[in-house]
Amino acid sequence: MAEILFWFIASLTVLSAAMVVLNNQLLYSAIALLFTLFGVAGLYIYLWADFIAGVQLLVYIGGINVLIIFGIMLTNRISSVRLSQTNIQQGFGGVIALWLLIIISLVISKTPWYQVTSAEPSSTVREVGTLLMTKYLLPFEAISILLLGALIGAALLSREAS
Amino acid sequence: MTVDFIFDGLNQLFPAVAGNDFFLIIAMLLPVAALLGFITIYGFGVIYSEIKVSSFIQDKTGPMGQGPGLHAGKWGLLQPVADGIKLFIKEDIIPASADKPLFILAPFLIFIGALTAFIAVPFGEKIIIVDMNIGIFYIIGVGSLAVIALILAGWSSNNKWALFGGMRSAAQIISYEIPAGISLVVVIMLASSLNMQEIIAYQEGGLFNWIIFDNPFMPIVFVIFFISALAETNRTPFDLPESESELVAGFVTEYSGTRYAIFFLSEYANMFVISAVAATAFLGGWQSPFENFLNTPAWSVFWMISKTFFLIFVMIWVRWTVPRLRVDQLMHLCWKVFIPIGLFNVFAVAIWIVVIG
Repeated sequence: MAEILFWFIASLTVLSAAMVVLNNQLLYSAIALLFTLFGVAGLYIYLWADFIAGVQLLVYIGGINVLIIFGIMLTNRISSVRLSQTNIQQGFGGVIALWLLIIISLVISKTPWYQVTSAEPSSTVREVGTLLMTKYLLPFEAISILLLGALIGAALLSREAS
Repeated sequence: MTVDFIFDGLNQLFPAVAGNDFFLIIAMLLPVAALLGFITIYGFGVIYSEIKVSSFIQDKTGPMGQGPGLHAGKWGLLQPVADGIKLFIKEDIIPASADKPLFILAPFLIFIGALTAFIAVPFGEKIIIVDMNIGIFYIIGVGSLAVIALILAGWSSNNKWALFGGMRSAAQIISYEIPAGISLVVVIMLASSLNMQEIIAYQEGGLFNWIIFDNPFMPIVFVIFFISALAETNRTPFDLPESESELVAGFVTEYSGTRYAIFFLSEYANMFVISAVAATAFLGGWQSPFENFLNTPAWSVFWMISKTFFLIFVMIWVRWTVPRLRVDQLMHLCWKVFIPIGLFNVFAVAIWIVVIG
């Protein structure tokens, strides 16, 4: 059953991601992105990364996707714009897409993937926390400062505009 | 935990076909079906108590039962049933100019958000549908689905009042998620776990071991969490998204019949989840208030439910006594009062844990 569920989640992710790209209404794309992000959270659970799945829910669905929808709604007349989804250079684009597909499939099949043999860890959150506070403390703090800078910068920019 | 329990039980009952997927599906569907039943019965109970408490607080004569014919059934007990029947047989109207797919999707999304949160709520020592490692974090995460549902409901109605309501609710919920989250961070620091059952186990041994009495800062943290959680449910004094006097009914303006009932039920379901999280994180969950007093698995359900219902009563009490905030007051309270105090509490409790605890 785990396998059936995996295929369900994987197809949900891929199909909704296709919807994001192919839909010609901006808001529908944003809603399809909700299901893509949800599917990715499900895939994280299959990798025993339950904490990352929770972060995915909280940050991407509760934060970023809401911001995207908010942005679309607050922008004047953008929500009723019909986006054209046909390309002029279809042949050329198709060739590039096919070439990329071949390269990516080659990379996937040639890479010696790391196979996990150990059993499911009993607590993942504790491990993540310990690593963040010991081995990866410097990157963690650097990212915090970067985000703080971005936050202050955004506040400053929106102030000047008004 | 309950899923595992039912699965093991089925396997022992039918050893010949033990461990097949069909049993796992049954073990997952049974608790969810029970949950739906629980939410429906709880919905009737809480609507009844809301009517009763409001009429006692505001001295309304009708629901208090002054004279025959003014109320449905004995003590007005049939009033929620009558309300329910009325909502379900009403015409389901979808406005002609509404965005039909999103208009239909929004009530589903909000109910999924409310229902999935119940999965990690500990109802008792042995009763929790899935005992997740990230329990408390999961509940905060799925709670964010409600924001998208409310914006969608507001936008797809194609109505200015509904759109204003949706926008206000999104701004409000996103803002108040921060102080609520910061307050729970303090709890997680003390219990050093995200697992609901481990947080409750940390508070073992009577009233004074509960997290709310753990150190002098915790009562403040609890008050900040509870008020922020109240703001996230969009109830008075924080019901700006559906304030009747300004926005007709906010994001539910265009909804009628069953779809309106789902919004209504989700609000009450969210109240339960938030009260249960507050009871788990601060009030000892299913632990008895006195050591070795009625401290058995069966009584644990009683303690959990009574703590949760007490907090729900407080929410109803606040709703009918405190007037609505203005938008600027709402934002002032969140960003300039709760978040600085919340951050200070995180530092203070961290120092307390290192120095004294």
